Amino acid sequence: MNASMNYLDGNAAAGELSRIFAVDITSAEGQCANCGAKRRFAEAHLYLQCPGLVARCPVCGHVLLRLANIQERVFLDLCGMTRLTFDTTKRSNATS
Amino acid sequence: MWSAAKVVAMHDETATARTLALAVRNWPGHVAGQHVDVRLTAPDGYSAVRSYSIASAPSSDGRIEITVERLPNGEVSPYLTHEVMVGDELELRGPIGGWFVWRSDQTEPILLVAGGSGIVPLMAMLRSRGSAGSSAPFRLLYSVREPKTLFYRDELRALSSQGDSVVITYAYTRVTPKDWPRPAGRIDASVIATGTWPSTLRPTSYICGPTSFVERATDLLIGAGYEREKIKTERFGATGERK
Repeated sequence: MNASMNYLDGNAAAGELSRIFAVDITSAEGQCANCGAKRRFAEAHLYLQCPGLVARCPVCGHVLLRLANIQERVFLDLCGMTRLTFDTTKRSNATS
Repeated sequence: MWSAAKVVAMHDETATARTLALAVRNWPGHVAGQHVDVRLTAPDGYSAVRSYSIASAPSSDGRIEITVERLPNGEVSPYLTHEVMVGDELELRGPIGGWFVWRSDQTEPILLVAGGSGIVPLMAMLRSRGSAGSSAPFRLLYSVREPKTLFYRDELRALSSQGDSVVITYAYTRVTPKDWPRPAGRIDASVIATGTWPSTLRPTSYICGPTSFVERATDLLIGAGYEREKIKTERFGATGERK
């Protein structure tokens, strides 16, 4: 398996992100700050071969989100997403 | 956020995969397709977290099932498939994920595409369909290495023989059953043509398996006219364990 195939879906970040967000961010739509594509965060390409996780835009590969756990602190960088849109009509038993 | 989950039953699915039934304290219920994170902590404090899809249909009894494939160099799966005993407790977080889910009020045609142990969350969807009394038309395309690696073999056979609009197509990549019409090999356009819905029915698709399998299946479906927006995917990592 080559490196470019070595990613998962944004879905797989749901557990880790549930430590921070009160609602399920993976169902939300995020807009890429680079190419403008709007996709569900669950559709992002997720890389875990790093100290934390990195989510990239499935269209252009731009970094959308970085999360790192370092000692007792969590660092979250969302500067690759210009906007997150949450659908509040959906039943949200997504995380607990 | 982490809950105690007690192992209340277990059985082997294959030579390398085991289903664990867990009773989870304060379980809020789940939707088919969601997963849980399981955390194991060693006496020295080292801990490892892995994600496992829920295999069972939603129920209100606080019990879920997961099916775990043992990976030769895994940190968690050898414990869950070999060493854990009924009565042991695990730490569990979930249910997790609101995207790769099938809800029983969905009525459109559904295509499930499984590569190997990717069958697990799709099995939850089939079971949820049954327990909810849904009549949504389902098709399952299930690709495995060889017949003896099939999960849920008897239950799937029973499902497809009921004639209530669950159609199952098997594809074998290494070894086929005797007299199987198609030689062993990766899924291709002909398998897609015979094992899936016509794209004109505008089905919602759920694909789960190793990353390379999901890529291939997605490309084949799009080549067959499926809409990318209606294809939901869940990939396993190179190790098969999701993190």
